[in-house]
Amino acid sequence: MEMTGAEIICESLLREGVDTIFGLPGGAVLPFYGALSGYPKLRHILVRHEQAAAMAADGYARATGKVGVCSATSGPGATNLVTGLMAAQMDSVPIVCITGQVPRAAIGRDAFQETDITGITLPVTKHNYLVMDVRDIAPAIKEAFYIARTGRPGPVLIDVPKDVLAGEKIEFEWPAEVDLPGYNPPGEPDARQVRVAAHLINQAERPVILAGHGVLISRAWDELRELAEKAQIPVITTLLGIGAMSTEHVLNMGMPGMHGMAYASLAIDRSDLVIALGARFDDRVTGRLSDFAPGAKIIHVDVDATEFNKNIVADAPVLGDLKDSLRALIPMVQPNVHLDWIKETDTLRAEHPSLFIRKSDVLLPQQVMKQISDETNGEAIIVTGVGQHQMWAAQHYGYKEPNSLITSGGSGAMGFEVPAALGAKVGRPEKTVWSIAGDGGFQMTLCDLATAVENKIDVKYAILNNGSLGMVRQWQDFFYDKDFFATIYSGNPDFVKLAEAYGIRGIRVTKQEDVAGAIQEAMETPGPVVVDFVVKEDEFVYPMIPAGESVHEMLEEPEAESIIS
Amino acid sequence: MEHIISVLVENKSGVLARVAGLFSARGYNIESLSVAPTPDSSISMITVVTSGDEDIIEQIMKQLNKVIEVLKVVDLTEEDHIDRETALIKILAKQAHRDEAMRIAQIFRANIVDSTPQTYTLEVSGDAGKIQAVINLLKPMGIKEIVRTGRIAIARESL
Repeated sequence: MEMTGAEIICESLLREGVDTIFGLPGGAVLPFYGALSGYPKLRHILVRHEQAAAMAADGYARATGKVGVCSATSGPGATNLVTGLMAAQMDSVPIVCITGQVPRAAIGRDAFQETDITGITLPVTKHNYLVMDVRDIAPAIKEAFYIARTGRPGPVLIDVPKDVLAGEKIEFEWPAEVDLPGYNPPGEPDARQVRVAAHLINQAERPVILAGHGVLISRAWDELRELAEKAQIPVITTLLGIGAMSTEHVLNMGMPGMHGMAYASLAIDRSDLVIALGARFDDRVTGRLSDFAPGAKIIHVDVDATEFNKNIVADAPVLGDLKDSLRALIPMVQPNVHLDWIKETDTLRAEHPSLFIRKSDVLLPQQVMKQISDETNGEAIIVTGVGQHQMWAAQHYGYKEPNSLITSGGSGAMGFEVPAALGAKVGRPEKTVWSIAGDGGFQMTLCDLATAVENKIDVKYAILNNGSLGMVRQWQDFFYDKDFFATIYSGNPDFVKLAEAYGIRGIRVTKQEDVAGAIQEAMETPGPVVVDFVVKEDEFVYPMIPAGESVHEMLEEPEAESIIS
Repeated sequence: MEHIISVLVENKSGVLARVAGLFSARGYNIESLSVAPTPDSSISMITVVTSGDEDIIEQIMKQLNKVIEVLKVVDLTEEDHIDRETALIKILAKQAHRDEAMRIAQIFRANIVDSTPQTYTLEVSGDAGKIQAVINLLKPMGIKEIVRTGRIAIARESL
């Protein structure tokens, strides 16, 4: 049967197992929407801003392990995706974005809503396509999904001119294979590299594992636990690696780096071996590179060779898929117990109670996070925005399962909280999903509350509302002589009234004793709910290792001293 | 240190922009760039001259390899290679200088490809050192314009 380009896209998406598309139509992409309305198996979720489409596809991908899909029109529709593409790129998340483009004859003539989106997104996509012939559509889509999900995952954009979507009809032919001679994602690691790594592990007396996003991407959490338990090695998870090991596991030493737990950063500082699994030694983790893990050899297991020796010189690089690499490594690692080292790490935990929450008359954001953790038993999916609330969510929630924290790490894109939570809930409807928002980021993408309402997406929104751009304010307090210029939000709306304006329940909490009740009420109310937690304005995220410094310059919560006996 | 890197790529629209964009995005330097199809018209060769220390060059090589349409990346500086460039040099060649200009052309096996009573245009090919030497010798006469190709290089075969 002969089909238009638009229909071919729909058929191709079905072949790739897609069942959900987040998008917003427009002139150039309208033929695709015309075809899409005849494909009920492709559920389209209409957003209110294309940025939400990209971030929802991202949240969906992180929650499910599938490739997220979004669509937008040309020009401003496509450019509105860019922040979401960057967020997916930086955190290695597989999404495919389909954008309409002006007709081929109009390209390059400053047509209405024309922009060179493939040029604009070159640095923020793993790959992109401008499809100029209807025959190239199906191969482009097959390739796009393959590129997005394999190797180091990433976003792929496909730009299709309107007259390719709605012009010549051809027979639909789904290609048997992808033809990408220049793309060879690594699989099994080299046996010698694995041997060298195993040798280092067996010799080490003070090893730590640094588990990054790669463990979740490669679905290698069982292998991680097996390795850690076999050789009794403490596991430190980066922000993006949280959930790779349950926070309840005795070997889990928390998160390192700028706002990580002091004992995690100190353990790395004192270690003689850092086993980095799918982590990229980001500056938020390492601080000043010359002072990072000074006494440690480095094993670096990664699927992307560009990460070796980019920030840290690896003594034992292992190039390969993480799951395959761990499966090869574990048999060569001897069972071990580093009693003195474990004792030392226990002492570090006792001496640096980084998760200490002090008593306060004013509601503290850390308390809210802890309460959400208690009320959900650590089993919800937590989606955050960016800023102080993000760090408290990373610290004070007791994550038990993989893919239970969804957060924009590398990009740090504010506004992530609302749309990514939509994507996560649509992908994992059986889970409770809490979107933890700052009042700053919430206002960037709150328009997509309408999407939650319209599609009955049952996300619970917790705004940690301190009336300011909190993290920036903290930096001004610490490093800019308390010059709080442009960080005080004095024009915030009444978030409860705002929720009610969207036809959903809004709850305001100002006192500690009301927190638990509000959380329960939110979870018992069907449908989306907004809870406005009015928290202490000038609260600081501790610990903090200032940018470019090391663990020796770490600032810790002043009152924490009082609980160390 | 200067490195001359050859990058074999699929001859698809946008590939050159992607490669050049990679350099600018990461702050790597492009001293010169040359690109042309190979006998297989679906494959092109990009030759880029860049500079940096060992770590930077290692990153450049690996980042180039990561680009989907890049088929092969070779750092020719690491091995024995032949390095060539062509320059078209338009000089002011008044009566007094005309003989000297022709002598220089002869010495460097350059061709005079254009001639007017006031100017000569020389075409010269060679490695970077030779091109620079010719330019230095011609400078005193007055160079009106120079157009250079990028450098290209090819590995020497071992015996």
